[in-house]
Amino acid sequence: MAVVCTGHDRNMTVTISGEVDHHGARQIMAELDRQMAAVLPRNITVDLGGVSFMDSSGIAVLLRAYQSAGRQGGGVTVVNVPDQAGRVLRAAGLQRLIRFA
Amino acid sequence: MTTKEINSAEVRFLSRSANEGFARTAAACFAAQLDPTLEEVNDIKTAVSEAVTNSIVHGYPDRLGRVLLRLRLLEDNTVEVQVKDWGVGIGDIGQARTPMFTTGGGERSGMGFTIMESFMDSVKVRSAPGKGTAVTMRKRIALRVGGGR
Repeated sequence: MAVVCTGHDRNMTVTISGEVDHHGARQIMAELDRQMAAVLPRNITVDLGGVSFMDSSGIAVLLRAYQSAGRQGGGVTVVNVPDQAGRVLRAAGLQRLIRFA
Repeated sequence: MTTKEINSAEVRFLSRSANEGFARTAAACFAAQLDPTLEEVNDIKTAVSEAVTNSIVHGYPDRLGRVLLRLRLLEDNTVEVQVKDWGVGIGDIGQARTPMFTTGGGERSGMGFTIMESFMDSVKVRSAPGKGTAVTMRKRIALRVGGGR
């Protein structure tokens, strides 16, 4: 599991790869919290193209990003969503909060 | 009527988060005997991951404990998965199964049972405070045309 945050002008891209479960989500959230506190991003794009597995721990990660971007008046977009991760996110109704591109 | 058991396996492990991946992979390998589709395998892996995580996070919030993963193949092409712990138990099962309800803080979404119910055909929860929790899930694997076991 790996997470890389890049961006400028209050736009941040978060690239996550590997298995996103409770075991790995702690590390993702810690890095996400650190980067969001530094950048205060208004728009967050989360690239899930490299995710090989995701459970509801991934929902908590995206909700964390959604709340942070919302406080700055922006939002979250997820891109390159694998089938398995997409089924988890949609089962939780996240498409009502987050844009799937 | 009780469905006849064709095969079974049990795996016991400590409630360390590193075992979440091990447990779902073990379940997927066992279920492979029924020649499931990739989507069916992923559904089982996801549901197992949720149930095992619940045992680790909620069953044993402040200590390590034992978790049992019991796998069964039934004659109607069904996989049964039971995840059992001897942890703190659940006082109100109905509340625990409510979407977005969690006692796990900001790290948890409260969607674990919702995911299990979405991805499996049935989910039964037995629990008693102070004694532990057993989650039993079943999923029927569609027979492939021309396939067999």
